[in-house]
Amino acid sequence: MIAAVFSLTALGVVLGLVLGYADRIFKVESNPVVDEVLAMMPGSNCGQCGFPGCAGAANALVDGKAAASVCPPGGKELAVALAAKLGISLDMSQVKDDGPQVAHVSEEICIGCCRCIKACPTDAIIGAAKQIHAVIREACTGCTSCVDRCPTEAMTMKPVPVTVQHWVWPKPAVAA
Amino acid sequence: MNQPHVVAAPYTYVSKSVGNVMSWVMIALAPATLYGFWLYGWPAIFLWTITILSTLAGEAFCLRLMDKPAKPVLKDCSAALTGWLLAVSLPPWAPWWVGVIGGLFGAIFGKQVFGGLGQNPFNPAMVARVVLLISFPVQMTSWVSPLPITAADAPSLHQGLMITLTGIPKSFDAIASASLLGFAKTEMSRGVDLLHAFSEATAPVLSFEGFRQGSLGETASLLVAGGGLLLLWLRIISWHIPVSVLAGVVIPALIANGADPEHYLPATTHLLSGGIILGAFFIATDYVTSPNTHFGQILFGLGVGILTWIIRTWGGYPEGVAFAVMLMNIMTPIIDRVCKPRIYGRTRAGKPIVADKVN
Amino acid sequence: MGFMDKIFKQPRWGVHPDDHKRPAADTPLRTLPLPARVYIPLVQHVGAAARPIVLVGDKVKKGQMIAEPGGNISAPIHASTSGTVIAIGEITAPHPSGLTLPAITIESDGKDEWIETKGVDDPFSLKPEEITKITAAAGVVGLGGATFPSAVKFSLGKRLEVSTLIVNGGECEPYLSSDDAIMRGHADQVIDGVRLIMHAIGARQALVGIEDNKPEAIAAMRKAAEGFDNIHIRPVPAWYPMGSDKQLIQVLTGKEVPADARAAELGVLVHNVSTCAAVHKAVRLGQPLVERIVTVNGGAVAKPGNIFLPIGTLVEELLAFCGAKETPARLILGGPMMGTPLPHAKTPVVKGASGILAFSAAEAEVPDAGPCIRCGSCSKACPMGLLPLEMAAHIRADDLEGSEAYGLQDCIACGCCSYICPSHIPLVQYFNHAKGELYSKERAKLRTDATKRLAEARTTRLEREAIEKAEAAARRKAERDAAKKKAAEEAAAAAKESTTEGAAS
Repeated sequence: MIAAVFSLTALGVVLGLVLGYADRIFKVESNPVVDEVLAMMPGSNCGQCGFPGCAGAANALVDGKAAASVCPPGGKELAVALAAKLGISLDMSQVKDDGPQVAHVSEEICIGCCRCIKACPTDAIIGAAKQIHAVIREACTGCTSCVDRCPTEAMTMKPVPVTVQHWVWPKPAVAA
Repeated sequence: MNQPHVVAAPYTYVSKSVGNVMSWVMIALAPATLYGFWLYGWPAIFLWTITILSTLAGEAFCLRLMDKPAKPVLKDCSAALTGWLLAVSLPPWAPWWVGVIGGLFGAIFGKQVFGGLGQNPFNPAMVARVVLLISFPVQMTSWVSPLPITAADAPSLHQGLMITLTGIPKSFDAIASASLLGFAKTEMSRGVDLLHAFSEATAPVLSFEGFRQGSLGETASLLVAGGGLLLLWLRIISWHIPVSVLAGVVIPALIANGADPEHYLPATTHLLSGGIILGAFFIATDYVTSPNTHFGQILFGLGVGILTWIIRTWGGYPEGVAFAVMLMNIMTPIIDRVCKPRIYGRTRAGKPIVADKVN
Repeated sequence: MGFMDKIFKQPRWGVHPDDHKRPAADTPLRTLPLPARVYIPLVQHVGAAARPIVLVGDKVKKGQMIAEPGGNISAPIHASTSGTVIAIGEITAPHPSGLTLPAITIESDGKDEWIETKGVDDPFSLKPEEITKITAAAGVVGLGGATFPSAVKFSLGKRLEVSTLIVNGGECEPYLSSDDAIMRGHADQVIDGVRLIMHAIGARQALVGIEDNKPEAIAAMRKAAEGFDNIHIRPVPAWYPMGSDKQLIQVLTGKEVPADARAAELGVLVHNVSTCAAVHKAVRLGQPLVERIVTVNGGAVAKPGNIFLPIGTLVEELLAFCGAKETPARLILGGPMMGTPLPHAKTPVVKGASGILAFSAAEAEVPDAGPCIRCGSCSKACPMGLLPLEMAAHIRADDLEGSEAYGLQDCIACGCCSYICPSHIPLVQYFNHAKGELYSKERAKLRTDATKRLAEARTTRLEREAIEKAEAAARRKAERDAAKKKAAEEAAAAAKESTTEGAAS
């Protein structure tokens, strides 16, 4: 019996040491995943997250100071992707997602003041002084910087229209 | 645009259903079961009934707990089939509570706890049987000699009911005996080699007609095999698992028995004793717990057969099918990951093939 | 041809649903009476939408081009009857989403007058590229349902030096028989089209695969192909999806198309029999693709059969012509295995519509889906050798990348797995959903990359402007200083002069 106790104890001690040593040797240095997270961001530095630009938000996410739902223009998809990448939990109720939205100029109201053009981080608005402005949909990231600048409230956010080519089959409903 | 009611193609479906498939399996088991009823009499009938009812009750109870309607799930007959398979692997004169505990355990912890049909990693009937075997070894290894229901000294309906409910009375003690495999193992552990053991008059007899001790599913081996062939003909199962299970038992048995007949049972004994035929055709072929591809199924079957032979020969238990099946159920996800079918236009490794130009 | 025909064994993959082709296939071909209006969508093919070249109010003749190709992979659209263009706008697309497509609406003048067509008398004296050009101008696209612009396929085939033309007379979908009708009634047109295509792509031989449930079509095609030694009629087993091009190539040539590659890289090109007939009409008669044979079938149709009609006819007119036994519970464009569900009957018939099915309530019933019992029937049925049960399990758990690892992008959405599933799980819908989601994600990623580049470009531009501004300001300041200095010097020099002058007098 003594032999059994002794051998099991010895086995436990040896295996414990091996595990501790392995933890030291194979320790993963916290990678600068900041660059990878930054690549996932929209890149327009709109500031809606409250951090200094997308780089600021990326740093905050990696440091754990921001939730995965921090980026409103990224919507639900970005929140889910960030949560998956960083292994953090995602509170879906915090994600404001009305679907991808783009800015839209109401041409009857626009006075051509060019204030929105100066504000757009991706130069998605075309126009000139006293000319009606328009938004290039493909370049708009939905950051809403222009909406606040417009003095006549001609700028609104509208959901991206779905076309036949881009419609996606819904997932089959599972019986509860 | 969210349209949950939009349904995609195809708009035509095959007419068979899950309930259909399960019903045919039960029909295939029926001849062997009825023969077993005749061989062992009323207690066997009562035990079978109680086991199936317990399995159904266990499943209904779980569904009620989950607030799901019980009827559609019970209608797919998978719980009834689990109960039936469990019932035919029990000793026919086992007490009623063995059937009840087995049925409930199989339904609840073998299946429903994992999420119901299709989600269980282990064969639920085997889970129940193994739990009973380990917890109640005495009751699970008390086999009786056949006493046909038409014989004069067979228990009547009332006597049979009493046997199931209260246990085997003293007057029937004489017919209790060990199964052939159990006898072989005890003799070997006593130091008597097989050739001597089976030459004695008190040795259990190997009978093709099933006139020997055993459970409902093992005695009528030929009828079980017939049921299995019916399933093969109906394309409900494919030949890969049954053939490889039987090969997995027969090949080591032939080799070992050829080399040393005194210590290793012959292949025919292995095939006709224990639940190996039942296991090969009905238990190992369970869809949920066996691999998807034919090659994977052959590996799985060979594993079940070889493990059964090993447990029977060197293991602590005389019968190994249940353990072997459960051990190979553990391997099923790994087998599935390794044995994937080849995709059209790709090599087995998944890379696109080189175009072999038509000229 | 007899001894060269090979009988192939039934393949291991696939399923065999109930045929439902007869009696519709045996009824004589009918022509639809001219509709009052035709609604011709501008997207009836794979690739860019066609651009209208007519205006509202223009009078057009049958066969006149009304929309030009929108790019390299595109096809022109022609008027399918003579009349007046009354609208260029949105109509409901024949698509499950119920979304719209741009279309040109023509009010028929009742005369059904063709433009002046000029066929080619000896097309085999033309250069192959010219046949391709005529096919392109005629707007011929794959009429089996894929609607890939045929001329683009010809050029590809010629460039990759394809040696064998495979002609698809399979029509493996239940209920449909439009290819059957064209083979039975116009086998000579089909064979002529086959010869023209062979000339256009430089193929050495043609293998015509026809399912053996069409004995009349096989006989007619054999007769029409007599005398042409390089056209071989090959009956193939009637087994779904034999008409899928990958599977037909495998059965006829014994070789597989490599994954992520086109059949042309294997030295074969596949074209539907109806497409061949359309090429014949375009080259020999100078008629562009404006009409086709459509099978109307299904439990709700009173007089099912094959109807010859102009492109752009509304489905409701077609159903009215064939008579309805009851209100259709489901409308399908195509066959029941891979067809598109239609939101309602006011959708137009397009070039790729080989059939319109109107299902009765009994046929349209969708059984309740049960749990997956891992029986593996789907995997055995899959013609591509995939594991549908595993892919669907991953998609159900929202692990789309996991399902891709099991070969989701190799799935041809044939429907065999959903058909054979004893639990009636809508497997193909899972796969369509996943493929759509993955495609959306990829597009979103490209968009994010593009907007990031725009944002960076803007920052660079602002910096550059700031630097230029500063430089310009510095330059102006320097100029002002220099000018001031010069003025000061001049003033000093002038002052000096005046003092000396003053002193002299």
